[in-house]
This record gives sequence, structure tokens and C-alpha cells, in this order.
Amino acid sequence: MKVQSAMFYFPEEVIEHIFSFLTHHPDRNTVSTVCKAWYKIERLSRREVFVGNCYAIRPDRAAARFPGLRSLTLKGKPHFADFDLVPPDWGGLAGPWIEAMARSCPNLEELRMKRMVVSDESLELLAHAFPNFKALVLVSCEGFSTDGLAAVARSCKSLRELDLQENEIEDRGPRWLNSFPDMCTSLVSLNFACLKGEVNLKSLERLVCRSPNLKCLRLNRAVPVETLAKIMNQCPNLEDLGTGSLLADQFSEAYVSLISALQKCKKLRCLSGFWDASPLCLLAVYPICANLTGLNLSYAPTVQGQDFINLIQHCVKLLRLWVLDSVGDKGLAVVASACKELQELRVFPSDLFAAGPATVTEEGLVAISTGCPKLNSLLYFCHSMTNSALITVSKNCPNFTRFRLCILEPRKPDPATNEPLDEGFGAVVKTCKNLRRFSISGLLTDQVFYYIGKYAKALEMLSIAFAGDTDQGMTYVLNGCKNLRKLEIRDCPFGDGALLADVTKYETMRSLWMSSCDISLRGCKALATKMPSLNVEIINEWEAEMEENLNNGVAEVISNNNNKHINNGNDERKVEKLYVYRTVGGPRTDAPDFVWTL
Amino acid sequence: MEEMQPKLLDLIPNERGWGVTANDREMVIGGGFGVREEKKLELRLGLPGEEDWNANRKKTEGLCANVKPSFSLGLFGAPQTKQEAGLVTGEAQKIQAKADKQTSIVERKAIAHAATPPAATPLPSNSRAANAPVVGWPPVRSFRRNLASTSKTVLKPQKWASGTCAKFENSTKGLFVKINMDGVPIGRKIDLKAYDSYDKLSSAVDQLFRGLLADQRSEIGTEKNVEEKGRAIQGLLDGSGEYTLVYEDDEGDKMLVGDVPWEMFVSTAKRLRVLKSSDLSASTLRTTSRKRAATEC
Repeated sequence: MKVQSAMFYFPEEVIEHIFSFLTHHPDRNTVSTVCKAWYKIERLSRREVFVGNCYAIRPDRAAARFPGLRSLTLKGKPHFADFDLVPPDWGGLAGPWIEAMARSCPNLEELRMKRMVVSDESLELLAHAFPNFKALVLVSCEGFSTDGLAAVARSCKSLRELDLQENEIEDRGPRWLNSFPDMCTSLVSLNFACLKGEVNLKSLERLVCRSPNLKCLRLNRAVPVETLAKIMNQCPNLEDLGTGSLLADQFSEAYVSLISALQKCKKLRCLSGFWDASPLCLLAVYPICANLTGLNLSYAPTVQGQDFINLIQHCVKLLRLWVLDSVGDKGLAVVASACKELQELRVFPSDLFAAGPATVTEEGLVAISTGCPKLNSLLYFCHSMTNSALITVSKNCPNFTRFRLCILEPRKPDPATNEPLDEGFGAVVKTCKNLRRFSISGLLTDQVFYYIGKYAKALEMLSIAFAGDTDQGMTYVLNGCKNLRKLEIRDCPFGDGALLADVTKYETMRSLWMSSCDISLRGCKALATKMPSLNVEIINEWEAEMEENLNNGVAEVISNNNNKHINNGNDERKVEKLYVYRTVGGPRTDAPDFVWTL
Repeated sequence: MEEMQPKLLDLIPNERGWGVTANDREMVIGGGFGVREEKKLELRLGLPGEEDWNANRKKTEGLCANVKPSFSLGLFGAPQTKQEAGLVTGEAQKIQAKADKQTSIVERKAIAHAATPPAATPLPSNSRAANAPVVGWPPVRSFRRNLASTSKTVLKPQKWASGTCAKFENSTKGLFVKINMDGVPIGRKIDLKAYDSYDKLSSAVDQLFRGLLADQRSEIGTEKNVEEKGRAIQGLLDGSGEYTLVYEDDEGDKMLVGDVPWEMFVSTAKRLRVLKSSDLSASTLRTTSRKRAATEC
């Protein structure tokens, strides 16, 4: 009795204080399920909310549950939208979220969005609704223009971070840079590298002058070397720099001032940009290479061959490197010998389609694995790969958490043995116990999925293309990968049997994507019927079927979201694209005509 | 429509082409260039004679529309090399990808007139025999796709002594705008830089939507619709046809396509629409003469 009453008097403030040490949102999710009291305390004290699928919950409900929220992260379209597999106007609208936050969470300070559609109107609203707004990070978003950026710049008085990564932004002129307040700004991080248009250079210089806290600045291609030098003279404390166009004549004033400016930036740790970099400008960079931890040359096809080698051999502290495959196996060998601390490597294809001279192959990867044992994150596009190389790589680097290998030609076997690459990828999952993200390619049978299901216990995200033989492949994965959250599949022979093998599994996952597989409408309907807590959406670019009583010459094709089209036809029709996700928000209300929720 | 289905399936090894042997794979991946003789003869779907293969392909596609995902193309008609450059949604590559699984003459032709990837300039078909493009493959974001084609461009340093604006030319980069058509639920994207005149644009729009529109109509299921397949969408520019091409400019106004010089059009057009001519009214469009007068002031 006494113990019980003592527990009743346990002050909430103490619990709240304890919770404040929990920042990892899965932990917070867990404590909120302990009891009602903890649920209430947790939800009122939660400051950061992560919504991995913007359709998993209605914005109003999220805002109501977490009225004190300060930081919101949202993800919209499925990952394969990056590769044009999701039609435009699919959804992922930021508007409803920003509106809900404006109504219920006026203390919002940070908004991070990925693959969402944001309008200028929403940005206007954001700029006015949140007086303490500090950070806006948009990754792979679209739907807005520089006018929206101007609104944010103008009205967010305490803006610290404006980070635009690979967005589709409509260029309405360079005026937006002028919109920042005239007095000192609080900017710490500004990234507009993805803007395609002109920049008002004077405005940019002035902005930098009045932003004393600037630590991260990423310019777009329109900014020339002259301006870059001026800017860097203004911010010797810069830690992260994305250059503009690095094209300069040898003895030009611009080049000389760039060299002296760079030398002053002792804190520079991360470099990117390098658009059109001339070898001479690269020379200017050598003095700071020794301290670099991050280097992104993946937009610089001009940096290759000996230029690359000369540059990279100085970068002995490098942790993250992004390059194009034009550096070749030779370049990668130099990386392996110089960058012993390397943790993350991404090698992007420079020429997507022409079967030109071999650029990187399995040799480059093996060299890297031999020289850089700390490697834990890999994205590698290559023309060929062998089983023995993969086995060697996994032996050398057992710490992979992210392993994505893309062999450019679909279904290509091991060229040495003509066999599938099951054993190679199997070795990766066997050895790398902490593997969380995996993308596989090349010729693969059901066997690789057997390995994945058996060994990849920590796996959270799996991307499959042009692989497998039968439904059994997908079934292995669904049955075996206990921590699977996202599964995306394209062009594989998995059918209804695989889809329905373990329907409750999808409730434990964020989402499933299947396109160009062998599933039918009947199978999808069965899934929808069995699992009402999932949204089962099919995306079809079939001609919408006409109602029988329409006999005039031109049919009214604009369909609505009713079920006439789904139910009047043949259920054996193959479904081209399927997107399944768990949700408490019910069917989407904003689904376009070509998205059918079953 | 349905009677075509068994014929096609009979001709595919293992019905779906998934379980093909290594040899078959070479064929598939080789974009059909390694076609074996007997396949060539068996799978001939169109009429003999190559001059009319465009129409035949469309017929095939339309008929195949509801068969399998491999065939559910729902697309426009024959791809022409130049126009293909402008099509971002990858529908053309979809034909490509599905066609890879088949080895009919009709689809080989499709491959020969290969759709190029969205941002790259079209290359002769032979050079891409090894890697016939598939939609969304390799999995790189559009930012990087564009890089592959623009890397050849060298920036010309402009005189920026005035220090106000830096301009850079990037002539090989595509300019994709959305285009919607009345009666077609899904919009497309089209690359304005791929064309240099209104006629070419009009022809591209025709190609883009012709098959789609015909397929919409064919759902009604009367025989005469078979003839309607491939009926060209004409008169887009002069108001004489059933449809008219309009665009939305950077000020949000809807304008008739064709009134301003081509270059001006490309630099101001943000979005295209193909409207039913009967739906056009004077109020929905600003007359260009008024607008021009305004800008000239």
C-alpha cells in the first residue's frame, strides 16, 4: 500500500525531465505506450516528430497529439519517385501539414521535408505563421518557385537554416536573395546549389557580409570564381562550402584571390560543387585537402584522371566521398591508399547509356575495401561485378550498414563464371550483421532472397530490381527480415502468391512498393480486404474504362474516385504499380484519378 | 481485343519471359538485336511492308492495352527519334522495356527508333544496342541524368565586370514543361528544347497523345474505332482542328500557342494544355496583341 501511494505522488515534472533525455523517436514512441500517464506526459513534451510517410496519419491528428512540437520531419512520395516511376501529381502535398501546424503548433521552429510537393502559398503561410521559425530543409521537393523562397527569407526573422537539396524549383528571377532582412541575419546555413538560374552576385556578397554566423554555404553553378573568392574572404570561419562554377584562367585576379581566400579558411571540412572545375582551380584547393572530412565531386565530370588523383591523395582524413565513375578503378585505388578513414563512398555513373570504355568495375571496389576497412556506407554504380569480388569486399568490410550496388545492365551475370550473383550478395548479408539498407542488382535467383531472409536480421530497407524467379523469393524476405520497414520491388516475377504470403507483415512495415511485377487486381483486392489498416493503392495508367451507357464519340474520361472502374472489369488484370502502406489516416482524400485505393 | 491475347502469349517463352534462359536474356538485354531467325518470323504482328509499321504498332499497342502489364502501354503512337528526347515520363522507354521481352519485328522497330533517356540527346540506335533504356533505370535522380548530358557543355565565362548578374548558357539542357490534354487523365511532360519550331511541337503533341486519345475512345467498343486509331490530332495551332494547343506563360496567363516568336515562346512557356477547340472562349485567353502591347510599353 505504501509503495503504491508513493508512486501516485511521483511528480510529472520528474518524468518529463527524464523523457527529455530521450531524443531518439522510436524510444519516445515506446515510452508513450507504457501507460496513459506516460502517454500524456510524453506527447506534451515531445519536441521533434518524424513522420516517415505523410499519409500514415492525418496532419490534424499529429498536430493535436503533439501540441508542443517544434521540429517536424515529413516524407512524401515513395522512393522510386526519384526515378520517374511515380506519375506527376501523385500527391505528397505539404499544404495540409503546414496548415495544420499553423493552426495547432505555432511554436514550430524546424520543418524538414523530403519528396513532397510544396507550393509558394504554403511557403508564404509558413513564413507568417511561425514566429520562431528557424530551419527549413527541403530535399527532392517540387512545386514551388523562388518567390516562395523570397517569402521565407523576408518574413522568417530568426531563420538560421535554409537548405535546398536537389529540388525542382521554378526560377522566377534572382530577386529572392534581396529579400533577406537588411540588418544582420541569423543565417548559419544556406544551400541553394540546386537552383538553376542566375544569382544576383552583389546581393549574395552583401548577404554574406551581414551573416556573421554563416558556417555552411552552398552556391549554385551561376556563381563565378571572383564572387566565391570575395565571399570566402568574408567568412573565414566557413566549415562547409559548395562552390559555384570553378572555371578560371590561370593568371586571372579571380584565381589568385581564390587561392588566398581558401588558405584563410582553416575550419573548412566539407567541400562540394566543383561545377566545371578547371585543373587550375583544383590546384587552389590542395592546401585545404588535408583537413577535409567530406568531399563531393559528383557534379564535376571534369575532375578525372590525374587531376582527381592529385587532389585525392591529399585528403587523408576523408570520411565521406562522392565521385563519378569517370575517376576509374585507378582513381579508386588512389582513394584506397590515401583515405584510410573513409566511411562512406558513393560512385555515380557519368554516362548512363553508352557502352563506353569501362569506368569502374569490381576491381575498384575491391581496392577500396582493402584500403578502407572502416567503410560502412556504399553506393556503387558499375558495369560489372563478380561473386568473388563481393565475397572479398564483405570480408574486408564487415561493418556495412548501407550497401547499394547497381550494375548498370539489368540481369547481368558474373562475367567470370556466368553465374548469378546470389553468392556474392549472400556473403554481404552473412558477414555484415548491422546491415540496415540493401540494394541489389545483376542476375539474381530466389537463392539470394533465401540468404537475405536468413541472415539480414537488422535489415530495414530493401530495394530489388530485375531479380528472382518465383514467388518464393519475395516470401523469403517477408518471412525472414524481422526489422524490415520498406520494401521496394520493380520488374520481378512476384505475383499474388508472394503478395499475400504474409499479409500481417505489412502492418509492421512502413510501406511496400511493387511495380512491373506479376500481381493482379484480384490479389490486391484480397490484400485490401484482409488488411483494413493498410492503404492499398494501385497506380494505373490504363485507359480509364468507360461506363456502358456512354456511346457518343468522345468519352468522358475524367474519372472520379468511385469504384465503378475498379469493379466493372476483369480482376485478372495485372496491376502495374502497387503502393501499400500502414496508416491510421484512412484512404487518401487527395488521391488523383489514377491512384485507386482498394 | 481479347482474341489477340492468346496469340501473343503463345509466342512468348514461358508465357511471361521471366524464366528465360541465359541465351534468351542476351537477346532481351541486347535490345532485340540478337534476334533468332525463327522468332523473327513467328512474332510478326504487323502487316508486311515496313512503310506502314507506325500504324501497325499503334494498332498492336492499342489492342494489347489490357492484356498484361508487359503490354499495357496506354501510350501514344510510334516514337520518332527527335521527339522522343522530350518525353520525361518514360512512357517511351516503357515500350522499350516491354519490347525487350518480345522479339517481334514490330518491337524491334521500336527499339531501332529507340526512345532516348529524357535528358540526353538522341543517339543513333546502334550505339545503344548494348543497353536499351528502361524507364527509371539506372536508378539515378533526374538531377544526375541531366548532368550526364550537360557535362559536354563548357561554361563560357561572361563579362561580369558590372557584378550584377551571372548568366550561363547551357544549351543542351532540356526544358521540360507539363502538358495535359482534355480527355486524358494523366499529364505528360515535353521537352521544348527538343524542337525548334511550332510545327515540330505540334507534331510531337500529336504523337504524344494520339494513341492515348484513340485508346480512350476505343473503350466504347465499336468496330469503327479501330480506324480511329492513329487519327492524327491536327489543326492544333490554327484553331481548325478539334483541339487547340494553349500554354500558360510565366505570368500565369493562358495564351494561344503560335503567336509569338518561337524563342520567346520557349522562354516564357511554363505549361501546355491541349484543349477542345469548342471549349475555348475569348475570356479564357488573353489575346497576344494586348499582351505584346503591354510589354512593349
